[in-house]
Amino acid sequence: MRPEDAEVIRLVVHSRSGVTIDPHKTYSIESHLAPIARREGFAGIEELVQDLRARRDDKLMWAVTEALTQGETGFYRDRAPFDRFRDEMLPALAARRGRPARIWSAACSTGQEVYSLCMAIDEMAGELPIPQIELLGSDLAERRLEKAQSGLYTQFEVQRGLPIRQLVRHFEKVDDLWRISARIREMVRWRRVNLLADLRPLGQFDVIFCRYVVGYLDPALRGRVLDQMARALADDGWLVLGEDESPVGVTDTLQPVPGWPGAFAKNPAHRAAA
Amino acid sequence: MKTCLVVDDSRVIRKVARRILEDLGLEVAEAADGMEAMAWCRTEMPDAILLDWNMPLMDGLEFLRQLRQAPDGDQPVVVFCTVENDIEHIALALETGADEYIMKPFDGDILQVKLAEAGVYP
Repeated sequence: MRPEDAEVIRLVVHSRSGVTIDPHKTYSIESHLAPIARREGFAGIEELVQDLRARRDDKLMWAVTEALTQGETGFYRDRAPFDRFRDEMLPALAARRGRPARIWSAACSTGQEVYSLCMAIDEMAGELPIPQIELLGSDLAERRLEKAQSGLYTQFEVQRGLPIRQLVRHFEKVDDLWRISARIREMVRWRRVNLLADLRPLGQFDVIFCRYVVGYLDPALRGRVLDQMARALADDGWLVLGEDESPVGVTDTLQPVPGWPGAFAKNPAHRAAA
Repeated sequence: MKTCLVVDDSRVIRKVARRILEDLGLEVAEAADGMEAMAWCRTEMPDAILLDWNMPLMDGLEFLRQLRQAPDGDQPVVVFCTVENDIEHIALALETGADEYIMKPFDGDILQVKLAEAGVYP
């Protein structure tokens, strides 16, 4: 891949998603682009980039952006944040009566994160007076949302982080794939959301999981996205980021929750402003 | 150091599993069927057992039944590792006393995650 072609791709992805890709990692860019080139009927990646330059077709630019923002995901990724959600956050939410709890898995990719939250809620349903819960799964990529919504996973995917008893409890086998139960699927609403857009229409949430997103963004955009997350948090809500991701030093609208690594709450000084 | 007994009639699978498990810091022993595995366990109970289902002489399920009835046979963590990948087989394995279940083919990541799930590997 020619460096000037890689630069075109970098610009397309950055302008749409704020995600920075290293134009020197041509191998990685090529491996993500090859399926798009095939699908869209181009002879190769060079032809695809040529077409991008010439036509600036919005649909194609989005297809490229979607392909290059596909991160790693898995059920109960890192485990600890999900244990904390189940053992600490849910009981706290149950104690706040009088309003439905709203939970958002932002950049949920193919759905494993939000379904992990669903299974945690289901697990506690017998023990806690779980309030009415609204779950939102959002992603930039329509294709990933479609897969998430289908609830269908490969044998490889269901063996990454999902305990076998939960597989038996919540999934059924459909040919070579595994499908999460309708009961779990119906807990989630889905929506295509670009985190760079105005997030105010989504309302406020008690818990936001936004893991391994901020770290991939252009550093110049991180503060803006985190501030929007802070605004989308209820005053007593929590934002959960990936390991090594933190608003500290980026923005003061959020502050760490003592004793809960990876969890952040709204800075009280900014509550009135929200 | 924790020990893991790999029970599989395929020498290739045992070799692959051994390499992954040793990289995870486990000491590895091997058995080619349930009978051999049972003899190993009567001498010394391992901390973990990676167990194939279909094997000559004594299959994995029969081995698991006998193991769980043997003295201290409730101690080892047992992780099935088999091509059987339907709900019925998985449920039967869990009822019989398996702790986790891997559907072949597997890789190092899956093995590590499943052993962690079963409490063998941190």
